Amino acid sequence: MTTHKETLRGGQAWSRRLRRNQHLAIEDLEGRACVSALFYNARDPLERYNMPDTLKAQFTAFLTTGRVLFSDMGRVLCSIVADDCGWHDTISGMGDATAGRARFGEGSYQKLRNDFHRNASDNFLVELGKHGLGKRDVVANVNFFARVGVDDAGGLSWVAGNSRRGATIQLRFEMDTLVVLSNTPHPLDPAPEYRPPAVNLAIWEGPPAASDDPCRLSRPENVRGFALTEAYLAEVEGTP
Amino acid sequence: MSFRAVESDLDPRAAVLDVTLPAGRGWTHELAPGDLFRIVDLEGNQAVDTLFFNSKNLEERYSATETIRGQKNIYLTAGTALMSSEGRPLLTIVADTCGRHDTLGGACSAESNQVRYEIGKKYMHSCRDSFLLALARYGRGMTKRDLPANINFFMNVPVTPKGELTFADGVSGAGRYVEMRAETDVLVLISNCPQLNNPCNAYNPTPVRLLVWRRG
Repeated sequence: MTTHKETLRGGQAWSRRLRRNQHLAIEDLEGRACVSALFYNARDPLERYNMPDTLKAQFTAFLTTGRVLFSDMGRVLCSIVADDCGWHDTISGMGDATAGRARFGEGSYQKLRNDFHRNASDNFLVELGKHGLGKRDVVANVNFFARVGVDDAGGLSWVAGNSRRGATIQLRFEMDTLVVLSNTPHPLDPAPEYRPPAVNLAIWEGPPAASDDPCRLSRPENVRGFALTEAYLAEVEGTP
Repeated sequence: MSFRAVESDLDPRAAVLDVTLPAGRGWTHELAPGDLFRIVDLEGNQAVDTLFFNSKNLEERYSATETIRGQKNIYLTAGTALMSSEGRPLLTIVADTCGRHDTLGGACSAESNQVRYEIGKKYMHSCRDSFLLALARYGRGMTKRDLPANINFFMNVPVTPKGELTFADGVSGAGRYVEMRAETDVLVLISNCPQLNNPCNAYNPTPVRLLVWRRG
């Protein structure tokens, strides 16, 4: 059933077009991964994952099973159909070279060769560049397997132990989507050493979201998001 | 809910710019380093959707996630450095008599109104429309590509410890203001929010006053 399997090494960047009804599973092999992610409409990358629209439509500050990732055009890029981790961050952004140096030391390619300290900001620019995209296309991202808590006063804190060995999230794509991943440390993870673990990726074809699909029905906002997505697909693909 | 108010002693009569922006209108303005920029919620509970750019390098823009992470807090108030996508402060909030501003709720758009309220609401005016028109008029080739997650001044979007996100009644009131100092050359982009479907403008969008003081 799986049509593609791949292991992303710690530090690695990745991008791929996922077609509608394809599923992508990401498995945390050691239980402390952070896979930062951005999502774009593969036909028209000007349409992209929108953190505020995703959160306010679903009255949530994090992502898990039953929730969907909205684009800035009111459409559903993908749905979270399974998740045995329970909390994925999307409010605290991505690591960059300056923060990485401050935390882990120099970590240059010159010294470490391919174990050098890569970061999500640089990884995103590299992968986006392969698709003709750049700095203007970097928006608030998702950090799979990471949990950042918010207290009553709005204070942020890193929640250790959110993921575990073998934890897996499954996404079902509702439209053709360019997915950009960076398997690099979360910027709030206090772990003092640079050693992001490997994650496994698996892709397979599945059926479209049924009329009683739990992600579609989890909120009336999602029902309308799916309707707008299906109307768009009819427009661009001529599907009924 | 009570917040610590931090007042400013600047005199509006000394301002180099003093304009009123009606609800439903967009606005751009360039600030020089050191300029002080104040937004006054004239009638109370009015959301002011705002983005900032480095006007000398428009690819460097306000980043909600850098700002939140930089101060380890989701709410903006006096002392908050408004961070750019390059990890540098674009402006610093120096006075705030409201006490809490949002940067997770984003801007309303025709399309998100369809999702959030009703498919038939597409005709309603939205912040993104105001942003797009203001950017087109500004004339430096900026588009929807240049609309990352924004600030909503005077808007209250609490997150609970369980991770629920809610739109609460405004914490602002008539005459409350927020004032910030430009740390570099800044392009300001504002939509004075026309949203009528939720309490962010108390169901009555109203004008705001915008002032700039130049030091020296």
